[in-house]
Amino acid sequence: MSVNAYERVWMWGAGGLIVLFLAAIGITAVTQAVQPPSHIETINPATLADHPEFGDPQVKTTADGKVVVSMVAEMFQFRPDPIEVPVNTPITFRITSADVVHGMMIVGTNANAMAVPGYVSQFTITFPKAGDYDIACHEFCGLMHHAMVGKITVKGGRP
Amino acid sequence: MTAPSGFARTAPARLAAAHLLVAVAAFGVAAIMGLLQGLSIADVEFPMRSESLYYMFVTAHGVLMALVFTTFFIMGLGYALCYAQFGRIVGMKSAWFAFWLALAGTVAAAFTILNGQSTVLYTFYPPMQAHPVFYIGATLLVIGSWIWGGVTIASYRSWKRDHPATPAPMAMHGMLATIVVWYLATSGLAWEVLFMLIPWSLGWVATIDPVIARTLFWWFGHPLVYFWLMPAYVLWYTVMPRIAGGRLFSDRLARMVFILFVILSTPVGFHHQFADPGISANWKFVHTITTFAILFPSFVTAFTVIASLEVAGRMKGAKGLFDWIGRLPWSDPFFAAMALALLSFAFGGFGGAINAAYGMNAMVHNTAWIMGHFHVTLGTTSALTFMGATYWLMPRLLGRELKLTALARIQPWLWFIGMGIFSTSFHIAGLRGLPRRVYSASLAGDQGAAWSGLATMGAIGGVVLFLSAMAFVSVVIATWTAGRKIEGPAFEFAVPLEPVTSLGVWDRLGMWTIVGIVFVILAYAYPLATLIMTPRFGSPPFQPF
Repeated sequence: MSVNAYERVWMWGAGGLIVLFLAAIGITAVTQAVQPPSHIETINPATLADHPEFGDPQVKTTADGKVVVSMVAEMFQFRPDPIEVPVNTPITFRITSADVVHGMMIVGTNANAMAVPGYVSQFTITFPKAGDYDIACHEFCGLMHHAMVGKITVKGGRP
Repeated sequence: MTAPSGFARTAPARLAAAHLLVAVAAFGVAAIMGLLQGLSIADVEFPMRSESLYYMFVTAHGVLMALVFTTFFIMGLGYALCYAQFGRIVGMKSAWFAFWLALAGTVAAAFTILNGQSTVLYTFYPPMQAHPVFYIGATLLVIGSWIWGGVTIASYRSWKRDHPATPAPMAMHGMLATIVVWYLATSGLAWEVLFMLIPWSLGWVATIDPVIARTLFWWFGHPLVYFWLMPAYVLWYTVMPRIAGGRLFSDRLARMVFILFVILSTPVGFHHQFADPGISANWKFVHTITTFAILFPSFVTAFTVIASLEVAGRMKGAKGLFDWIGRLPWSDPFFAAMALALLSFAFGGFGGAINAAYGMNAMVHNTAWIMGHFHVTLGTTSALTFMGATYWLMPRLLGRELKLTALARIQPWLWFIGMGIFSTSFHIAGLRGLPRRVYSASLAGDQGAAWSGLATMGAIGGVVLFLSAMAFVSVVIATWTAGRKIEGPAFEFAVPLEPVTSLGVWDRLGMWTIVGIVFVILAYAYPLATLIMTPRFGSPPFQPF
């Protein structure tokens, strides 16, 4: 099929741009692990209260110095609340839901994951700045959805 | 490519007009709810403001705008184009049956929403559970649309028997591709609703898997976007250049664009689930590739449509580089609506590329940014095109001259300005962390310093949008009831610069449908099978509304 010369240039340009976008995404995904939270782990939401980790979710520091925050999202709160973590340290968040689908976003950062009943979401993030942050639910979970806000304090480092 | 005049008030015209009427009614009701949502987010007190009313309105606004207004409009437009280009609608009785079925389903589902029994938003993620009639009503709407697709395909096959060596006229090529996309999309939805949600809502099964349900929903949810967009492209390619007095720049590439949507619009759903557990990062990346690939047909559309408009300007004597823009018929409400919709899509496309960007998505996922985004895409690119198309369709279907033309002329500009304010405010607020769909932007009461003032700006945009919506509805009511009776102009479509008379590779819709099906299987079979084989625990229902 015959294509107008200008349009041909445009199409190559558009194709090139798309390849460039994908290359930028692909390279950072591989070299810097810029990836969405994609953990695959299931959990029984009916027996969450008796679960060794999520029955009483807490911030724990493992023997090798890793900080793990276990969280439960439920209508209309996050547990534990408030949370305290150190600055400039990789923090692993593990979160599940006790009832409907919730969202978990630490406002002002790129910590953002769904909390789905029956599944555990997990991601690791480092806070470069100390301070108080809000944790907001970002998936409609019932009539008080907007009021489902938790607190996280990032401590230490330079003031 | 001119259909016989005298279309107005014929049986097919009445069929198309009935669909249009339902679409406009749904739009009008949803617009009122949209206004109240905007005010509520900005903490503007009004009588009866409450959490339950707000979230019920979010649900109703989403269902009525995204599913009812669009589907009924597209079916009505489809019937009109089908009759105009094929000269026949095969299966008028089935078409009317489908109309009443879809309408009954819509009314039933809407009743359970307005009755407060189905505040589950238009995404209806389980384990939040709506009234069973909500799911059944939505199913009837979709079945009605399937019959519409069947009637259109039957009309095409009948036309094809008479014209075996001729490519389908451009507008119907696009509508047939739209129907294929709709079948691919709704197969995922049918699986979710028929085999998971309905049995669970009736209590036949106790639990449901939310991630599988979400995956099936987004198998439907993204091609749904192209179901809204493709009919707008049909109008941009085939009607807008005609109204502007130009030619379709490239017939072959326009055909290619619609086929690329058939192939690429469905295997992309995971870009709505980047933040979900249960799906591996590798599969999310595969869907990222197809998502970016689907930018390509839109890039081509931007060139072809704008080049077609430049041809129009130059045919009217424009000389310099940008002269031709001023020579376009900006005072024609149809043209202004389409051109502003096209412009909005440039912004929508940029935002879409950011949403799809795998890692960067974490900055915007489920924030007000997303709300800003789909209001420039669905809410302007498609909706404003459909409003403009309504001005174009009414005289041709009803045989009535457009009334309140001054109002019709400013309405698209009002929409464009209102949406500019609304969408920009929420894009910025979202980047700063305002979650989407919240009763109040101050959340639990003391948040919101980072996005202070932006929700108020959004509400101001919402008021302008509401005025535009009411202007649109007024023009429709006035034309419908009091427009001067006229012969009804003919349906006329843009002629390509280089007319194509022989069948080409992009005309092989059947073959491309099979390629589309293969792509869906490649994109979903493995991740869904992995999920199904993982030991999982279902969720019981919740109704926190």
